[in-house]
Amino acid sequence: MAGLRALVMPKMGLAMTEGMVAAWRKAPGEPVAAGEDVADIETSKITAGYESPATGSLRRQVVKPGVMVPVGTLIGVIDDGTADDAEIDAFIAARQAAFVPAAEAASVPAPVRVATEIGPVQVLEAGPQEAAPLVLIHGFGGDLNNWLFLQPLLAARFRTFAIDLPGHGGSTKTLPGGNFAALARAVAAFLRARGIGPAHLVGHSLGGAVALALAPQSLSLSLISPAGLGAEINMDYISGFIAARRAREMQAVLAMLFADPALIGRDMVEGVLRYKRLDGVAAALQAIAAANFANGRQNTSLRATLAAIRVPTLVVWGEADRIIPAAHADALPASVRVVRFPETGHMAQMERAADLARHILDIAGM
Amino acid sequence: MARKSFRQAVNEAISQEMARDPRVIVMGEDIAGGMGAPGEDDAWGGPLGVTKGLMPQFGRERVLDTPITESGFIGAAAGAALTGLRPIADLMFVDFMGVCFDQIFNQAAKFKYMFGGKARTPLVIRTMYGAGFRAASQHSQCLYPLFTHVPGLKVVIPSSPYEAKGLMIAAIRDDDPVIFFEHKMLYDVEDEVPDEPYTLPFGEANLTREGEDLTIVALGRMVTLANEAADRLGGQGISCTVIDPRTTSPLDIETILEEVRATGRLVVVDEASPRCNMATDISAQVAERAFEALRAPIRMVSPPHTPVPFSPALEDLYVPDVEKIIQAARTAMAAGGRKAA
Repeated sequence: MAGLRALVMPKMGLAMTEGMVAAWRKAPGEPVAAGEDVADIETSKITAGYESPATGSLRRQVVKPGVMVPVGTLIGVIDDGTADDAEIDAFIAARQAAFVPAAEAASVPAPVRVATEIGPVQVLEAGPQEAAPLVLIHGFGGDLNNWLFLQPLLAARFRTFAIDLPGHGGSTKTLPGGNFAALARAVAAFLRARGIGPAHLVGHSLGGAVALALAPQSLSLSLISPAGLGAEINMDYISGFIAARRAREMQAVLAMLFADPALIGRDMVEGVLRYKRLDGVAAALQAIAAANFANGRQNTSLRATLAAIRVPTLVVWGEADRIIPAAHADALPASVRVVRFPETGHMAQMERAADLARHILDIAGM
Repeated sequence: MARKSFRQAVNEAISQEMARDPRVIVMGEDIAGGMGAPGEDDAWGGPLGVTKGLMPQFGRERVLDTPITESGFIGAAAGAALTGLRPIADLMFVDFMGVCFDQIFNQAAKFKYMFGGKARTPLVIRTMYGAGFRAASQHSQCLYPLFTHVPGLKVVIPSSPYEAKGLMIAAIRDDDPVIFFEHKMLYDVEDEVPDEPYTLPFGEANLTREGEDLTIVALGRMVTLANEAADRLGGQGISCTVIDPRTTSPLDIETILEEVRATGRLVVVDEASPRCNMATDISAQVAERAFEALRAPIRMVSPPHTPVPFSPALEDLYVPDVEKIIQAARTAMAAGGRKAA
């Protein structure tokens, strides 16, 4: 059975305990290459592709689409072409007999609030204590859950800290200021409070600009659709995010983030609405928008900062980004590695988590 | 964020607002317990323990045990609101509200209008309602239609712990008198409730399910039952929208009309007695404004027009349940024409 590989319900995000196959991308018997999507996996938050761990053919679809199963459940079998049906049946029977679902919530790491000089900052930590630190900084209106696919991949090699910026998630809703520099001071305050020295920084959108502002304290920079590299920004998104009150309005706004809006689940929309109802959030979002995007344009350019950076730097952009145009990745300094993902929107960390993780490991020298 | 019971959610909302605003006070019978008598302070925290812990935290000045005179302390609370405090009065069971109707209907509800818009009455009256508690006919009614009827009052009926905290904070910050209905059978229900303060808007309905074939409107405790009915109907090929109006005054009739126009069929679930209740009110408004969209007669799921029985067997028969909602949905689906393409 050397050629048999099990496909199991993946754990997409630290809190995921169950999921379902939304659709099989490959028919039984169809060839599949390692890294190619073999199925779409749906959770209550989002739908994402499941990359085949091996090259071969999809011999069995063990789980039917639409059936909710625990993480780790055998959902399919891939074979390099050497096994017969009896071997595959035995393989499935053995896997299923041995499978024990993880005890619910037993090993789910929970975010904690860290006291800092700018107020409490919420952080979700994952990865080995002795590994190099890596800090994940979300964008406007986002939170640490934006990294739910990427963080587990990076946590295999780094001590990862996904933080909530001030005004966001479970962190203080009192801003130390709304511009990139003020938010960068908040991240620096968190790093001091936790005794973290130079770290690999991964920033998305607004968080990309914040990471860029922290470049002198970084080991490497990975910027995903970052703000600060051009004037254009989709104010329909920024204003719409601030204004939306009901699920359908918010769904329409969040749809702008993804190349395929069908990825957005009901729980993601409800989670954003719940965040927006917290005391202080409306004022914080308005202050950040006013400080950075007054008159519908980005008013701070960090291109000079980028040119002066000495650490390895990666800029990643989805070519179908509707929030900040991918053209902002043009004409960057030659020292910056630029990666463009086709058919990807503003959320490469969710839409292309596995590819992105490989690029981040590479730029960080891991 | 943590799982909290409905009881904890209401307590946390009051506690956070008391900490934020010194004008917020709490008053009612046994709201702390033990006042004026030897023995343990904070022994009760209200009849079902919702306000427990507030008196030790905020003191006797702001957590007031009152005599058993609803007409007296509700009047005092209305006057305190008018003169600058933000009282939360606990009227225990809504069934007892009758003795202070004048203070509520003729005074608190009217101040803003009779004083040329210059008076504000930031008063919250908390009260328990609903059947299923084996508490018989004088402790089991759903009298929110009475308060919805009176202009000048706001009427809030939370359906879950998350909703309860956000709606209570909104009620405390509101400058009009709010009657806040807590279903006794919901107190031990748990839900994810943020630790931080947040508000939910009045007059903005919440869609707890989205479907295409049928719209179900449900209030308070009935929302959970409607959700369960919708999930079971979904498994049988009938996809339902479930609307929780959150507040009956103001009522988000526009969202209800919008969903009825999309689905063509309506079931309204209301635990209140069937005559002149929210089901009849919503049905009348839909019939008047969206009649042309209806593919079948509106179905109302309400108890029979009788006092809530004390016999447990009869009480169980009396209260609307999931089966009755499913039956009404099936009847609505079987009747009338197909949805226009």
